Amino acid sequence: MRPVVELSGVDKVFSNGTTAVRGLNLAVQAGEFVSLLGPSGCGKSTVLRMIAGLGGITRGTIGWPQASHDATGQPLPQLGFVFQEPTLMPWATVFDNVYLPLRLKGVSRRDAGPVITGVLAQVGLSGFEKSYPRALSGGMKMRVSIARALATSPSLLLMDEPFAALDEITRLKLNNDVLDVWAERALTVIFVTHSVYESVYLSNRIVVMAAPPGRVVADIRIDAPYPRDEAFRTSALYNDYCRTVSAALADAMSAPPLAA
Amino acid sequence: MSAAERPEDREERLNRIFRVLRFVLPLAIGAVLLFAWEYVVRAKDIPPYILPGPVLIWKTLINDWTSLYPSLVNTLRLTVSALAVAIVGGVVLAVLFAQSKLIELSLFPYAVILQVTPIVAVAPLILIYVDDTSIALLVCAWIVAFFPILSNTTLGLNSADHNLVNLFQLYGATRWQTLRFLRLPAAMPYFLGGLRIAGGLALIGAVVAEFAAGAGGTASGLAYRILEAGYRLNIPRMFAALILISLAGIVIFAFFTLVTHLALRRWHESAMKREN
Repeated sequence: MRPVVELSGVDKVFSNGTTAVRGLNLAVQAGEFVSLLGPSGCGKSTVLRMIAGLGGITRGTIGWPQASHDATGQPLPQLGFVFQEPTLMPWATVFDNVYLPLRLKGVSRRDAGPVITGVLAQVGLSGFEKSYPRALSGGMKMRVSIARALATSPSLLLMDEPFAALDEITRLKLNNDVLDVWAERALTVIFVTHSVYESVYLSNRIVVMAAPPGRVVADIRIDAPYPRDEAFRTSALYNDYCRTVSAALADAMSAPPLAA
Repeated sequence: MSAAERPEDREERLNRIFRVLRFVLPLAIGAVLLFAWEYVVRAKDIPPYILPGPVLIWKTLINDWTSLYPSLVNTLRLTVSALAVAIVGGVVLAVLFAQSKLIELSLFPYAVILQVTPIVAVAPLILIYVDDTSIALLVCAWIVAFFPILSNTTLGLNSADHNLVNLFQLYGATRWQTLRFLRLPAAMPYFLGGLRIAGGLALIGAVVAEFAAGAGGTASGLAYRILEAGYRLNIPRMFAALILISLAGIVIFAFFTLVTHLALRRWHESAMKREN
């Protein structure tokens, strides 16, 4: 089966000379929920941004075997991106924030209406169309951000530590909601996190990264059935996986830096 | 006051009192000062060409209204045109700066030079080189008013959330889309802040330019009335014209404060009502 996205031998060197990522190979299959896990500064966010086409890459290739291409041969992957912060426009209503990606693609407000109603319902924000972001809680803002990412019906959803700034209770609830969205829309998700527990709960595959320079040190499959719920969170299987992944992460943290 | 008054009632009562005091106190101070002024003028029998009392100034304002009013209109017309040109020029230039670093690097120093050179010193030259006096006046007032709009709007256009800029990039937004849907709205609070300053400066620029121009003609403003009254030692009239200039400044400031509030009240921190 051809992967959705395939990174081969990707290097990323920042303009200040720091090598953020070296020789990265990663192929993500359709329907996978992949977590990129690692200590801060290991380049996991950089990998996500490179996949999103933000900032460019220094060496290697990022291939989109399943995407359509434009006239010049550039791939046109259907992406959604959720930042660590909600990143909403404070001057725009919830409706207009979610409408943004469609507006940029030239979809009229009238045509976008049903789509926006749909995605807002899916993230549990029906009836908040006319609210301004400042009237919403942190969790609700994040839901708007997710709704905006879903507005263009992407096949691949990129999430950059989206729930790191939220409280535990809100985070657990949003974890379940993201899994629901992933299942209902048959999405592929790449999810950056620094939480072992979150990554095991959500993913069917965890890619552990280490630095410096950023590289993949472990690729662990989580063979636990979906849908997952609170019972899974307290199961022996979940605990075993957490232990395995924690050990891999500990190895990653103690790995000697590669020579420059 | 009853002993059973709850703390929140007490706070509410204090708030009400302060709301009243906010208007009453300045008015009371003003009244006391005016009264003292009038009293001193009468008690010491100071002649009007040395210091007129408030009552005489008020009478002069009423009696000379037919000549002062057209001057007020002229000065306001000059102020508003200068401000309008400053808004258009400042915003257009700021947008150009935001689009191209090269343009900003090339032109910004000259904007600063225009700003830091005192207009009083430049105005006579402008009046020599620009044939049409009304255009010369407009240029002087514009120079003073345009810089806060340019610099604030430039800052605002560059203050858009970095992640939102990335988001626009991700969805393949054109430059125009990024400007229209992201940079311009993000710059709004900065622009409005600049506008409030520029409104006052446009009036100052207009008055300074009128002073420098001196010559009356048909389109003579309040500054010319002050000069003219000064030559004739008509001190009450100088005060009357001065009051009109101050009032015009207050009205302009209040107007833009209201505009800012209306434009930002739904989303910006500065205009939000807080519950705590």
